[in-house]
Amino acid sequence: MATAAETLSGAMAPRPFRVVRRQRETGDTWTLELEPVNGEPLDFVPGQFTMLYAFGVGEVPISICGERGGPLVHTVRAVGAVSEAICASRPGAVLGVRGPFGRGWPVEEALGLDVVVVAGGIGLPPLRPALYECLRRRSEYGDVVLLYGSRTPADLVYRREVEAWRSRFDLEVDVTVDRGEGDWRGKVGVVPKLIGSARFDPGAAVAMVCGPEIMMRFAAEALLARGVPEDRIYLSMERNMQCGLGHCGHCQLGPTLICRDGPIYRFDEIEPLMKVREL
Amino acid sequence: MRTIDTLIHDVPIFQGMSQEALELVSGCATNIRFSDGEVLFREGDEADVFYVIRHGRVALDMFVPARGPVTIETVDPGEVIGWSWLFAPYRWHFDAKALGLVRATVFGAACLREKCEQDPAFGYDLMSRFAQVLIERLQWTRLRLLDMYGDGR
Amino acid sequence: MIGPEALDDLVAALKGRGFRVLGPTVRDGAIVYDDLESAGELPIGWTDRQEPGSYRLDRRDDEARFGYAVGPHSWKQFLFPARISFWQARRVDEGGFEVREPPPEGAPFAFIGVRSCELHGIAIQDRVFLEGRHVDRDYEARRRDAFLVAVNCFEPGGTCFCVSMGTGPKAEAGYDLALTEILDGEHRFLVQVGSERGAEVLRDLPRRDAETLDLQAAGAAVEGAAARMGRSLDTTDLRDLLARNLEHERWDEVASRCLTCGNCTMVCPTCFCTSIEDHTSLAGDEAERVRLWDSCYSVDHSYIHGGSVRPSGRSRYRQWLTHKFGTWHDQFGTSGCIGCGRCITWCPVGIDVTEELAAIRATEEVSDAND
Repeated sequence: MATAAETLSGAMAPRPFRVVRRQRETGDTWTLELEPVNGEPLDFVPGQFTMLYAFGVGEVPISICGERGGPLVHTVRAVGAVSEAICASRPGAVLGVRGPFGRGWPVEEALGLDVVVVAGGIGLPPLRPALYECLRRRSEYGDVVLLYGSRTPADLVYRREVEAWRSRFDLEVDVTVDRGEGDWRGKVGVVPKLIGSARFDPGAAVAMVCGPEIMMRFAAEALLARGVPEDRIYLSMERNMQCGLGHCGHCQLGPTLICRDGPIYRFDEIEPLMKVREL
Repeated sequence: MRTIDTLIHDVPIFQGMSQEALELVSGCATNIRFSDGEVLFREGDEADVFYVIRHGRVALDMFVPARGPVTIETVDPGEVIGWSWLFAPYRWHFDAKALGLVRATVFGAACLREKCEQDPAFGYDLMSRFAQVLIERLQWTRLRLLDMYGDGR
Repeated sequence: MIGPEALDDLVAALKGRGFRVLGPTVRDGAIVYDDLESAGELPIGWTDRQEPGSYRLDRRDDEARFGYAVGPHSWKQFLFPARISFWQARRVDEGGFEVREPPPEGAPFAFIGVRSCELHGIAIQDRVFLEGRHVDRDYEARRRDAFLVAVNCFEPGGTCFCVSMGTGPKAEAGYDLALTEILDGEHRFLVQVGSERGAEVLRDLPRRDAETLDLQAAGAAVEGAAARMGRSLDTTDLRDLLARNLEHERWDEVASRCLTCGNCTMVCPTCFCTSIEDHTSLAGDEAERVRLWDSCYSVDHSYIHGGSVRPSGRSRYRQWLTHKFGTWHDQFGTSGCIGCGRCITWCPVGIDVTEELAAIRATEEVSDAND
């Protein structure tokens, strides 16, 4: 019989984590806070993901969205059977966690430079730990800018927190939506459009971009047009990730395995691959 | 108090323009101010001007029956509103409304068109600058057509 | 040197040491790998005839034990089975669950008749499962104590191209014992020792020392095989050639023939894609995670929310070929191909990877070729 230690070494066996808090972000998106049923909390670097398991239903890759040292936080959009089951997990429920996996955001490389965070839709959660890191060590970075876009005002996640960030003097926040519904008085337009007027020094900035692949392509173009070097632009890629270990072959993107070499890539590494259709 | 030509000097669409051309442009310009909710123009009105926003935000709305006004886009400082003045029949295709206090520079269309006719080199320069803005807006609009945050990915 | 009858002693010696002995045998009109009770179950006097899309067995006019190339099986089905259960879990108090990982079952394997290309295939899977950041626990347990009896080739198949890939026909390393079958004159086998374990097993077999003539005959048999490869492939800069030809028109052409059935991935000794499935009991209190072989030819292989990244047959064939011969280098520091020819033989429409690669090389855009 496998002992507990062997169980963990298996890398395929999820660790039980209990949901301690659950909060609705939008119509189909929920944020869960999790704590391990036994043992140490999960350490991670911003940008990493876990494989999150709903008992008997299945497992999906979800970015870690919380602060280091705090509970494990995941913001999940219900788009399939597994993510629906995860979103439906109330406080007290137990989910399985494997990981963390992957290469994170360049928060160390960005020290001393301006940081431009560009998020589209559900792309903000994977970037939030990087923002937390910039704010935690605020004096070690130059200007920090968050540019965030979503489909409608109702699709914005972390709305209260974004409003709180906006009122800070040491963080520039700009938000836009594709469709201005309701009493929205903010910007209407795509998020890459915000890059042109954001305050940062393109020659001394690192950009971190996460969102739909097409949005990231346009954002990278806008960043390049501003003069950000292509090796200072980082994107988060998505493919079918099943094992997280580099063994199952599903998350291949040309010469790379996203779970192992990504999900965060430098634009100059990934750009030739993004241009190839159906790669 | 800054004069109009020093103000428009900083506007992206006019960046790098020759001093003479800037003078031609500013000769057709005056500053203007709108209070919250004030309408700059309505769909169907004669498009005899264009605007450069200096402060505040303007919403471009289209009125959809049974839905009311829908904001198509917002325009922020440094950006241009309006190209209906370029071509006949010189009519606006949407409403423009101030969201809060707006300060803008307004450019007379007839004045500019006349200068373009007289000085084709100036006219070409100005048209090129507007074409670039148009292309950029078109690209952003196309991107929104994808509804990229939806299930269609 | 050992005689053919000593192969029985070899099987017995390995069984005696607690190994599960596996080797080639004839079943359902093919030479497959299965449990061996005795060396009498080897494909004595059989050979295989292989061409693109075609495989059949033929009688030989001798009593050769290893007078064939390779069948549809590879050792991967034992080291990396088509289906394993990773773990079972059951519900416990307060909504929680408990995970149990069963230890990999069974005796350690002894493989008899491992071709040189297959040794390379095992080494490639070792890279994937053992030499990265994460170790595959199940593979590691199966692989750790496996005893490998290699066999040097003297009868290459019509789809073989190990010489081009640098993976054969002579076993160079990675075995415990290596046999060279000599049919010229007295039927006998030259035995080479590759490990201390191998030497110890050899001591149990009736044998005599090899003489110069034996060594010459063994050398000639292997050289003869090297000279009779059914296929050849120019591997110069293959990785870069593929990387710069991702939009080559040949992909459309081959896609018009490819059925995307995935046979090539199933028979390939190095293909390692799997899908992970979670199951639950009807009552919902028991769950299981299994791993199944998957294929990059399935539409679902690249599924992400919203659809498949590679919906066309063209992109899926390209994925397989460019991975096998190109991006495998980037991912694991080695080619993914061992030149065994199985993918050519077992393709129902006879698509020949050596032909496809040659076609891309021959018709590469001139501007690229001038780089």
